[in-house]
Amino acid sequence: MKNQIFSRRLWSSISQYLILIIASIIILYPIWSAFNIAMMSDTEMGSYPPLQFPTAIRFENIQRALSQAPLGRYLFNSVVQSTLVMVGQLITACLAAYAFAFIEFKWRNFFFLVFLSTMMIPWEATIIPNYLFIKTLGWTDTFQGLAIPFMATGFGTFLLRQFFLKIPHELKDAATMDGCGSFRFLTTIVLPLARPALGTLAVYSFLQTYNQYLWPLLITNNSSMRTVQIGITLLQDEERLMINIVMAGVIFILIPTLTLFVFSNRQLIRGLTAGAVKG
Amino acid sequence: MDQNIPQTALTPELSFSSKFGKRGRQKRAVKTFFQAILYLSPALILFITFVFIPLIRSFEISAYITDPIGRLAKFVGLMNYERLFQTTTFMNSFSRTLLFVLYTVPTTILISLGLALLGDLRLKGISVFRMIFSISIAISGATASLMFLYIYHPTIGVNYLLNLVGIHNMTWLVSQKTALLSVALTTVWLQIGLNTVILLAARQTIPEELFESAMIDGANSWNKFLHITLPMLSSTFFFLMVVDTLAAFQTFTPIHVMTKGGPLESTNLLVYSIYREFYFNGKYGFAASQAIMLFFIMLLLTILQFVFVERKVHYE
Repeated sequence: MKNQIFSRRLWSSISQYLILIIASIIILYPIWSAFNIAMMSDTEMGSYPPLQFPTAIRFENIQRALSQAPLGRYLFNSVVQSTLVMVGQLITACLAAYAFAFIEFKWRNFFFLVFLSTMMIPWEATIIPNYLFIKTLGWTDTFQGLAIPFMATGFGTFLLRQFFLKIPHELKDAATMDGCGSFRFLTTIVLPLARPALGTLAVYSFLQTYNQYLWPLLITNNSSMRTVQIGITLLQDEERLMINIVMAGVIFILIPTLTLFVFSNRQLIRGLTAGAVKG
Repeated sequence: MDQNIPQTALTPELSFSSKFGKRGRQKRAVKTFFQAILYLSPALILFITFVFIPLIRSFEISAYITDPIGRLAKFVGLMNYERLFQTTTFMNSFSRTLLFVLYTVPTTILISLGLALLGDLRLKGISVFRMIFSISIAISGATASLMFLYIYHPTIGVNYLLNLVGIHNMTWLVSQKTALLSVALTTVWLQIGLNTVILLAARQTIPEELFESAMIDGANSWNKFLHITLPMLSSTFFFLMVVDTLAAFQTFTPIHVMTKGGPLESTNLLVYSIYREFYFNGKYGFAASQAIMLFFIMLLLTILQFVFVERKVHYE
């Protein structure tokens, strides 16, 4: 009897693992197939039936991709753009969230609504005037053109404000009594306490910017200013290139985001679920 | 503080000092106001420059015909909007986009619900599976589109595997019958990560006691799913529906990488159409009127969500 229950439980967990593994294989298949193709030599590309597993781990395709297109330069551009946006968002969101959480001023709710309303305006609805504006400023093919339009964030301000509100107000009163100015209070007391929320916003905004497509497509024409997402699709447009080299390029540019995904998983998920789930 | 005291009852000195105090308070309020605005100003200036003024400018441009580099040439009022409904370009993009929403949104939510339930099993190593199920949040539209481009490749891609199980001649991106579906599949794969993460987080906020008391009442796992999990997740489903619909309306990257709107305009979705009209055809006014339509559609969806969520809160 006892044995029967035990074996039934064993079978149920084995079948559960089986379903989990099948689901994982299906989800991972696109990445697996890209990796598989990236590892193929040119002769293996032509073999039929097509190989489903790599016969060797080859880095030469990545090297060839790097020599075909300045992927390293593209990667540098993307990292600079994403870092600028991240730092900009952290600064503007910290300052604004501080005002919303700690200062009582006239029309506070009105200004808060203004900030929230920016989340409802799709970027695509404003893209034509923004494109024309950046062109008149002469900011095409520059880092300021890539980064400055994204340096303010309604979502990030909202996220940080929620966190700041949990910091007891008495801290502020005590600090004011001790003659601590509000900016010093923000930098020396609030920000160190808010480190988890800052981490969440940092990871979230970096990843979002790194994966941007339409804006860099519009405002970069010069090869030395292209970001990695645009660069990789240009690699594909050049027909003389073999698929295995393009896929090697894809694997190369996935490495930073996948690393970020694995090592900052908790911050990232906190950022993604912040707007959706209460509590 | 002393506002309730009738003015007439005050001696001149007191009245003076109260006036002075009031002015002082006002002065302080003005000072705090400017201090707060100082903190808000970096973000506020950016929002005004890159969100609010451009939105107004979008409306303005949509009332004009422009020269090929986007300078306003001739005021035409609502003509661009009339043309939206008279020419086939917009009506085609709009109906293809609606179809795209229908293909992607329910599929994404259903698959993600399945994955979230799997990710909720109490098993050793489940966090690894959760990570795998949410992996697409780390992957950009461009790289995912390139991966799928070769999955749809006629000889080396998934077609070979499908041949083995007896499915032949899938046309994927080549035929106008299947191209939109193939793009939709890519989008579903990309959105699954976010949806699963949100559903998992929402599932974990359901109080465990609900399941325990149901178990005491003899409910099996199907009953628990049907009568506890699904209703408790209803507002999350609605949230995801809105988020996924907005994302589907904004789809651009897979189209640009995989199909360029073809074959035969079958994948010319709204944002791609906007991009093509102003960037290649130089019809800034016409493109802006499409962008304004997109703005109103998204606004409507967001308002709907607020109304729904508001009502949920009242009912609880």
